Amino acid sequence: MAQLYYEDVAVGTEITPLVKHPTTDQLIRWMGVTGDVNRIHYDNEFALSAGWPGTIVHGSLKWQFLIQMLTDWIGHEGTIRKVNCQNRGMDLPGNTLICKGRVVNKYVEGEHHYLECEIYIDNHKGERTTSGKALIVILCRSSVTNADTATGTPAI
Amino acid sequence: MGDNSRTAKKLREKIGMSLEPVIFEVEKGAIRRFAEAVEDTNPLYTDDEYAGNTRYASIVSPPGFFGQPVKHNVGMETLLGMEVVLNLVGTPRSNVFNAGNDCEFFLPVRPDDILVGCPKLADIYEKSGRSGRMLFVVFEVTYKNQRDQVVAVMRHTIIL
Repeated sequence: MAQLYYEDVAVGTEITPLVKHPTTDQLIRWMGVTGDVNRIHYDNEFALSAGWPGTIVHGSLKWQFLIQMLTDWIGHEGTIRKVNCQNRGMDLPGNTLICKGRVVNKYVEGEHHYLECEIYIDNHKGERTTSGKALIVILCRSSVTNADTATGTPAI
Repeated sequence: MGDNSRTAKKLREKIGMSLEPVIFEVEKGAIRRFAEAVEDTNPLYTDDEYAGNTRYASIVSPPGFFGQPVKHNVGMETLLGMEVVLNLVGTPRSNVFNAGNDCEFFLPVRPDDILVGCPKLADIYEKSGRSGRMLFVVFEVTYKNQRDQVVAVMRHTIIL
């Protein structure tokens, strides 16, 4: 996987978007691995009767999509320090979800190089259903030799 | 709306209340299944050789996956003791909306780690929205590994 370095980004740099097409099959696999089994995610009639627009994509899965967008972009030398998202709207299986974001700040604190990012999920209808922020620790090219590779412990 | 305020008051008395800790096993197979469910093909989660050559020196869990509960495979809501709250409030699980996730990561999680998740009721607040007054409930879970190190602190917010 490609590796991102501090020098490669500026405020305003866009994160490489990640496109997802959640299906009911995927939600079923997600429920299997998380134990988060709830009829509103797989039983359309039940979801409608409970007041939802139909079966809905788990907010937790959308959060995980945003995490994948970040880890794909930063490479394994980068570390997500914090990530949050707020689900403002619902997505249904069959929706196309576009995960995206951009760098809003970069700074050095102590030994570490940080990127602050805004992150979003927009669906194919142009609705921004999820938004949040991330704080990433990233290497700069001259500090590559400082990473503690001997023990496999990350630099933070 | 009056109901919500009474409920909020009842729940506010419980803020800081610790809920039952949950033990998680982190296994390679579970990490693989989790990555597959997300459709995340990052070899760091599945390829021993690839992961072995990174700074982690082994496969690690995707950020956000803390393994599988030892007792029984149930959703985070049950694990967090959310059902305690839902019963207090009288809200069915089908009405709960995941308003957001918020996590601070401190250490990687590896296969064969045993994590203990200690949940607590962190906050309750109300907001006005399109459908009226909404009650937000925040659960906070601190995950520690077998070396008693904090690996992550996760906050789940639900709307009742």
